[in-house]
Amino acid sequence: MTKAKRKRLIYNLVTFGLVIVAFIILENMISAKAISRSLKGQLVPICAWIIMAVSLNLVIGFSGELSLGHAGFMSIGAYTGAVVSGWLLAAFDMQDPLLRLVLAILAGGIFAGIFGVLIGIPVLRLRGDYLAIVTLAFGEIIRNLVNVLYIGTADGKLHFAFLNKDKLPAGVSMLVDGAKGAVKIKPISTFEVGFVLILITLIIVLNLVNSRSGRAIQATRDNRIAAESMGVSVTKYKMMAFVTAAVLAGMAGALYGLNSSTVVPTQFTFNQSINVLVFVVLGGLGNVLGSIISATFLTVLPEVLREFADYRMLVYAVVLILVMIFTNNPTTRAFAHRLVAPVKKLVRKDRGETAGGGDVK
Amino acid sequence: MIFLDHLINGLSLGSIYAIIALGYTMVYGIAKMLNFAHGDVIMVGAYVAFCGLQYWGLSPVLAILVAMVACTILGITIEGLAYRPLRQAASLAVLITAIGVSYLLQNIALMIWGANPKSFPTTFINGTSIRLGQLSISSATIITILANVVIMVGLTLFTTKTKMGKAMRCVSEDRGAAELMGINVNRTISLTFAIGSALAAIAGILLCSSYPILQPTTGSMPGIKAFTAAVFGGIGSIPGAMLGGILLGVIEIFGKAYISTELGDAIVFAVLIIVLLVKPAGLLGKPMREKV
Repeated sequence: MTKAKRKRLIYNLVTFGLVIVAFIILENMISAKAISRSLKGQLVPICAWIIMAVSLNLVIGFSGELSLGHAGFMSIGAYTGAVVSGWLLAAFDMQDPLLRLVLAILAGGIFAGIFGVLIGIPVLRLRGDYLAIVTLAFGEIIRNLVNVLYIGTADGKLHFAFLNKDKLPAGVSMLVDGAKGAVKIKPISTFEVGFVLILITLIIVLNLVNSRSGRAIQATRDNRIAAESMGVSVTKYKMMAFVTAAVLAGMAGALYGLNSSTVVPTQFTFNQSINVLVFVVLGGLGNVLGSIISATFLTVLPEVLREFADYRMLVYAVVLILVMIFTNNPTTRAFAHRLVAPVKKLVRKDRGETAGGGDVK
Repeated sequence: MIFLDHLINGLSLGSIYAIIALGYTMVYGIAKMLNFAHGDVIMVGAYVAFCGLQYWGLSPVLAILVAMVACTILGITIEGLAYRPLRQAASLAVLITAIGVSYLLQNIALMIWGANPKSFPTTFINGTSIRLGQLSISSATIITILANVVIMVGLTLFTTKTKMGKAMRCVSEDRGAAELMGINVNRTISLTFAIGSALAAIAGILLCSSYPILQPTTGSMPGIKAFTAAVFGGIGSIPGAMLGGILLGVIEIFGKAYISTELGDAIVFAVLIIVLLVKPAGLLGKPMREKV
């Protein structure tokens, strides 16, 4: 096994291990009732945000395209999930919540994936900031369209209306009610399903990234022209990353949407896309474990800061700016290196003594 | 008649977008960064003017000047404290910092002025209206369009005739070469932020004169739209920002009037996408050439 391969294996094991350990600890805390109510309510959203962050990291960190409309895919997933779940219950009287949840999540993923393909075809022709603004535009368009969408169910059939609610036949029970959002959802999401979904996401993303296709994706990020001249189809691989991320975001959306009784369009604004972007950048581009940690931490942080009520978003903003400056400014980075250097030296010395030699550069 | 009415409203809204878009495009051209906090500078400008009119008893002209000065100082401070340390950093890091600044401004505004919407007072800008036959044009519309023209001409003269303006164009073309020619890059970037922020104050006041509801999130949607306008016209290009802003305003008003009120924003963004697909660098943008 080469050194790089071993390093990757360790990284993947640590990522999976941490997620599983965290899950076991939380499960035990829940059964021992040692967990606060507000935190317990946050568990499913945390799962959803982790999946969002990891999937966006695939687009930004690995394929190198800045997408500002990721919440749009999440909203497609959330709405699809709510409609599918409500429809299955009304039309087929499917009482099993787990089966309904799984089907809803699958539908959410598929639907978001279809939109991912439709949006990806025009978007991936553009580059850099232009690509960013077009993804932003698509996110806003999705939010606008959902705002005037009416879906009802009657006699086991789904009825759709656009702009005009009166076009729906009389006596339908509403599933999606325009600006009021998806209504009367039966919350069926569970932490366990969220955990499994995170594992699936990790398996997909980590395997993709370390595969031949994943290397092609990263090659197009590092140098588009060089990759192209080596015969790598840039559009194909960027599309692969974009659509995979869209599917995962759709699944996360379905999980998130089915966790509460309503889903409203204003939950998935541009700001929400930005929040996910913040998770990804703070966690480190191309670092899956970092995305998981920062998504968890930043979702919990505002809750913890609840005591400060009015100041919490202020603190959040200041922390964000300071962290960005501290991790990116040459002077502060040099300072951090100086702080870490003695420790590193110590560690190296230690290892050198025990292993007898060690690799000195 | 109704058509003309919509056209004039569109021009007025577009002029506001254009003035905001100038701030985005100038900063992008010179510092190569998307300043997401720009929309919130607009909001701050409008609040300062509001305070000047409502609490400090200033005359409208004085209130506008105070707001412009306040925003200029704010812009320079933001640039110096938050963006300058990241001059060499990856553009994504700067983008996130700008988002942080945007959150910060919104929350400070929330603490100072509260979440309740304030109604912007009536001034000479939006006090009266002029009748032309059947057409009734509010003074806010006329002043907005006039201000836009004046700013456009002024800015064009500034960037082509004055030494500082030329320095700005140099820095935006090639920062390294400009530095070698003895141009103080940091000061030039500060100046760009100052001008952009002062324009943001004007835009904020004009915006609130036409749509007199003021709250901490007032700036964010116009900010995003103006940013879209800047990209639409070709980001980095000053005439492009003007053209993009005005077109966007007109399209928005027509879309809302003739197609659907709820879908106005979707129409604007859809047009943007179509334009970018045909002309990937925007209407007046120079296509980027890739060097191997």
